[in-house]
Amino acid sequence: MKTIYFDNNATTQVAPEVLDAMLPYFRDLYGNPSSMHTFGGQVGQKIRAAREQVAALLGALPEELVFTSCGTESDNSAIRSALTTRPEKKHIVISRVEHPAVRALCTHLSLQGYKITELPVDKNGNLDLENLEKSLTPDTAIVSLMWGNNETGVIFPVEAAAKMAHEKGILFHTDAVQATGKIPINMKNNVIDMLSISGHKLHASKGVGVLYVRRGTKFSPFLIGGHQEKERRGGTENSSGIIGLGKACELAAINMEKENTSVRRLRNKLEEELLKRIPQSRVNGDIENRLPNTTNISFEYVEGEAILLLMNELGICASSGSACTSGSLQPSHVLRAMGVPFTMAHGSIRFSLSVYNTEDEVDFVIEKMPPIIERLRGMSPFWNQAGQACTNQ
Amino acid sequence: MWEYTEKVKEHFLNPRNVGEIENPDGVAEVGSLACGDALKLTFKLDENKRIKDAKFKTFGCASAIASSSALTEIIKGMTVDEALKVSNKDIAQYLGGLPDEKMHCSVLGKQALEKAVENYRGAPAMEAGAKIICECFGVTDKEIERAIRENNLATVEDVTNYTKAGGGCGGCHDAIQQIIDRVKAEPKAETKPRLTNIQKIRLIEETIDKEIRPSLKHDGGDLEIIDIIGNRVIVALRGACSTCKASEITLKDFVEHRLKELVSPDITVEEASK
Repeated sequence: MKTIYFDNNATTQVAPEVLDAMLPYFRDLYGNPSSMHTFGGQVGQKIRAAREQVAALLGALPEELVFTSCGTESDNSAIRSALTTRPEKKHIVISRVEHPAVRALCTHLSLQGYKITELPVDKNGNLDLENLEKSLTPDTAIVSLMWGNNETGVIFPVEAAAKMAHEKGILFHTDAVQATGKIPINMKNNVIDMLSISGHKLHASKGVGVLYVRRGTKFSPFLIGGHQEKERRGGTENSSGIIGLGKACELAAINMEKENTSVRRLRNKLEEELLKRIPQSRVNGDIENRLPNTTNISFEYVEGEAILLLMNELGICASSGSACTSGSLQPSHVLRAMGVPFTMAHGSIRFSLSVYNTEDEVDFVIEKMPPIIERLRGMSPFWNQAGQACTNQ
Repeated sequence: MWEYTEKVKEHFLNPRNVGEIENPDGVAEVGSLACGDALKLTFKLDENKRIKDAKFKTFGCASAIASSSALTEIIKGMTVDEALKVSNKDIAQYLGGLPDEKMHCSVLGKQALEKAVENYRGAPAMEAGAKIICECFGVTDKEIERAIRENNLATVEDVTNYTKAGGGCGGCHDAIQQIIDRVKAEPKAETKPRLTNIQKIRLIEETIDKEIRPSLKHDGGDLEIIDIIGNRVIVALRGACSTCKASEITLKDFVEHRLKELVSPDITVEEASK
């Protein structure tokens, strides 16, 4: 059975060019970049080149980048550094739809005495900057808002938000794990202090991430150890991962246009056809202000996990914001923050595409989804034989 | 991804008895759309008052659908009294087990069954004297008590896994804890089963590890099992205990007392000759 992979916000295929770039650093060039000998030292040179490739994608200076192990580490490092370098400040502002890498950390910090403000979003998942303005206090150490949402793709106005924070002398961090490679990012044109990237979301390997730290920003390392990364992140470099990420960023710059033309077109086709063919379905999140690859659709009166498992039988991979898939009893915090009713949230499916997806795959999914939903609705006590929702529930 | 058994997957992909029986003898609807799972059960009896047919309609995840399918298969051919004895554990066992977080799916089946039988008998929908504890998911104290007893639940999290109670706003966690404490404090009616020698030796070791050794270690002492002959447990005292003048009292009043209480009243403890 062929796999149709529409779960690219969870992780992506390593690009063949990236894999080719990485392989020599496992097999032959396994030296430690910190070593004195040429055998190791030549790896250090390749890491420098990768740093330049990543910097080029972001419009950053190479020395502004700290390689980490993942997006979560980058997020944790950024927020903890802000708190360490501004020890007198005890307030953090985030949104209600942040990734767990930020939200769970802030919950943890709240137990240690930090005050957390979670900004609301509207029914389309958009952030109102007025709410941000009102939340900032002289005690605020850092604002952390994601650039593109992983579940809905909704884009936050982070550049304007960073300006607002800066005017009050507050640090600004953004989790750009989903946005990087999908929408243009140019750090020369904004005042964002710190930004997180994850390699495996843009066709590099798992186990590598980046934290951008603007030149002049005080930084306190999260991992303390050797002198690597200019003493901003101890630990022997993940040389193959970093070199692969460099290549992936180079490819992302080339593919950015494709993401916004052909990937967007496929996403739109998938979305429009599913909405047309499946009654009582709707999109979660702002249709315009969105990453080009993501659509989050709710199918009312059916449950997300059951949908995913039937899709799985056909080799179609996606994910759901239903409670049952998370192990908790409540559906996705993102959909709840948007006020999506539980009846809709339980049946939400996220499709996230990449440049490797084809029109044939989209057509296959368009053909297979309606019978899946129909089959489950046929079992649902809330759906009567006439194919309509029972109104007494 | 959930670790479902093949049987769960099979019942999810090919559910038995989907639908609704017209003019059923018993009918029940439990759960709700907001909860994330809901089940409508209908059954019909034959002339001998046995369940001739049972059908379900379920909104929910794979394990909710599989549990409903299993339930209808289990109760077919039973009298309603026999069917009432089917527990949520029976449903889970029929499916080769369910992940902990999904046990509430089997409880949902059990609840639907009870309500359908009540409907058949014309009894009130809610158990007499039952009180809603979890407002978010509409779970009563009686349901929580029963889940604790039948599945030997120990924590609020267990109760949430089995009944959903406490999985919403969390406002009822204290109330659930109180129910757990109350049920735990109930005297156990069951008598201790007869142990085989191997079971007894294991139980002695376990009791010493969990109940006795930690207390001794707290005072800098320890104890080692040298041999177990019938009901004679021969031990050597170590650490601070080996030089303690009160060690004889420790052995009889503490070690032997605990083993008599937790393993068998016939146990005696002796110190190995030094």
